Amino acid sequence: MTKLTGAKILIECLKKEGVEVVFGIPGGANLPTFDALFDSSIKVIMSRHEQGAAHMADGYARATGKVGVCLATSGPGATNLVTGLATAFMDSIPIVAITGQVRTYMIGNDAFQEADTMGITRPITKHSYLVREVKDLARVIRESFFIAATGRPGPVLIDLPVDVTLAEAEFVYPKEVNIRGYKPTLQGHAGQVKKAVEAIKHSKRPILYAGGGVIASGAAAELTELARKAKIPVTTTLLGLGAFPESHPLSLGMLGMHGFEYTNYAVAECDLLIAVGARFDDRVTGKVDEFAKKAKKVQIDVDPSQISKTVPVDIPIVGDVKATLKELNTIVEGGETNGWLKQIEEWKKKYPLLYKEKKKLLPQFVIQQISEATKGNAVVATGVGQHQMWAAQFYRFNKPRSFLSSGGLGTMGYGFPAAIGAAFGRPGEVVFDIDGDGSFEMTLNELATAVANHLQIKVAILNNGHHGMVRQWQDLFYKGRHAQSKLTGQPDFARLAEAYGAVGMTITKQEEVRPAIERALKTPKTVLMNFLVEETENCWPMIAPGKPANEMLGTYETLSKEEGGIPQHRKFETPGELSLS
Amino acid sequence: MPKHTISALVENHFGVLSRVSGLFSARGFNIDSLAVGETEDPTISRMTIVVDADDRTLEQVKKQLNRLIDVIKVQEIPSEELLEREIVLVRVEFNHKNRAEILEAMNAVQGKVLDTSGNTLTIEVTGDQTKVHSVFELLKPYGILEIVRSGRIALSRKGKMSIKS
Repeated sequence: MTKLTGAKILIECLKKEGVEVVFGIPGGANLPTFDALFDSSIKVIMSRHEQGAAHMADGYARATGKVGVCLATSGPGATNLVTGLATAFMDSIPIVAITGQVRTYMIGNDAFQEADTMGITRPITKHSYLVREVKDLARVIRESFFIAATGRPGPVLIDLPVDVTLAEAEFVYPKEVNIRGYKPTLQGHAGQVKKAVEAIKHSKRPILYAGGGVIASGAAAELTELARKAKIPVTTTLLGLGAFPESHPLSLGMLGMHGFEYTNYAVAECDLLIAVGARFDDRVTGKVDEFAKKAKKVQIDVDPSQISKTVPVDIPIVGDVKATLKELNTIVEGGETNGWLKQIEEWKKKYPLLYKEKKKLLPQFVIQQISEATKGNAVVATGVGQHQMWAAQFYRFNKPRSFLSSGGLGTMGYGFPAAIGAAFGRPGEVVFDIDGDGSFEMTLNELATAVANHLQIKVAILNNGHHGMVRQWQDLFYKGRHAQSKLTGQPDFARLAEAYGAVGMTITKQEEVRPAIERALKTPKTVLMNFLVEETENCWPMIAPGKPANEMLGTYETLSKEEGGIPQHRKFETPGELSLS
Repeated sequence: MPKHTISALVENHFGVLSRVSGLFSARGFNIDSLAVGETEDPTISRMTIVVDADDRTLEQVKKQLNRLIDVIKVQEIPSEELLEREIVLVRVEFNHKNRAEILEAMNAVQGKVLDTSGNTLTIEVTGDQTKVHSVFELLKPYGILEIVRSGRIALSRKGKMSIKS
């Protein structure tokens, strides 16, 4: 058998794994890899910063369900990946990061561009490898893709010294993976599933609480079937948006810190909470002891360590969400939930979101317009902060893998590169980056990547001249002292976009919003819409950190009393269905 | 908080110890004692970890350990099944008056004198925690100069931990 270099073996393995595109930047320690990629069939996208490459791989993975791949050189290349890896780790996103490393015999000698990449990334990866011998390379890559994509997905890092990529070995791709320490439980225990079915049957006020795990396991259809069959309303976490159609009457939208008021009331009052691929994050629970405290709790999760981690659970089911829901759906019977659904309908009418028109544009309005113009069918990436929460509240997500956002780590600057990754994964589809001016500035260098690759990303900057969420917290909890939250020295974003060769627009008036969005959608280029919005607008409602849901701030009642405003009722597609069923 | 003994079979390659110790520090678990060494299968090491934890934390410790790809099997050894040993070396000062007394006391606990140099005795004692502590108590009055402990190692009375393949 002919021998191949390590770099060639890597490329062959990537092809076997079905990798079509990789994101990254070459440097001293990964030159052989890039040289081998140069004439391969795999598309190589050069980002402008390795953080961008990691987020692109992440956005690609979230948008497609496939494993995203990013490449970086040793030392600074690898350390620049760190934020992207941590982002993917917190949100359980499958990516494989391949970093260059100095020659094996130089490791530990403080060589040029040497960093202990394994050591630095150990706590923010699902697993990592340092490949010391070329003969191990094919197995390591095979295992990495397997580990990244199965069980609870996550990032895997392969540290690859230059000399290993130059050395030669016979190329044999392992047929099977057998890692004795890694055997995820996929099928939920039948006895536990039966217990859950019993609980559902006897529940009068059930709620399905769906997280990112539903999307990761591709179980949106199964979740919807369960909800319809047993007539259970569904709330999703930030990462669960799109797991259940928000136009469905059983949809409760998002819960938690900036979730809907009625949703948080419903969670507080439910007698059965079925957590599906959700981990009781502190942004969801608020004060843990008070969270859904009247409810019996069922939790379905593929990762046993998530069960009862922060909130004790009565019926734990360890298993893949899709497989488990499938089984559950075959035997489930709904309880008597009509009264509950009626109650929720009333709450929905009574406690809508609310905003008051001001002199300047309102960010919520802009997002509503984007949602309508795209009919809720765009892939939407966001940064982190107020605009992210407004996007979650005001965009109507109806399909899984349509909302890409850093939930766990809360990484500002995630949105734009993630949108780029998504654009490669979902060619021909509308990809939006709804961003803040502060977030966008953290990775705006990737405008070059978008333009160089003729992508047609629509960037909507909700420009309030602040780190808006920080400003909001300072107003609420720091006596209005705006320590470093006002952004001074800001560029003209429209002209900045033009300088990169993208199309830039500045929008200041309400009547300009929709035409600008329509024009952007018709323009086959990357378009940046700089919406100059109200600077002091707050994101409501809000459960202050560590507080229970019944101490929510910015409720409909308080807001409407203080300054009035226009209630923003959500419309549901088939409002009659509930009474019919 | 009660102490719990965890026995973990892990892959015997570089970096595994740092994964385990890193996990404990990152998640704020307290390690009381940790000992690691190769098993009858040279590709597998056994870690004996004693943790200070309430039941909920203990559950998380076990689950988080299991989450590591390099950890093959995790088992808590309940106290009634626990076969536990630790080896300690204790160095004490002696003089011609108390030498015989020290040796007699050590004899009673099967302590071995490893070394006598100048006016110090280095004593080796192996045993469970009760014994180790009683040795420290016995020697305290003579002035303990130095102690080194191996960390606890343990097996269950119930026989071999099985590894799913």
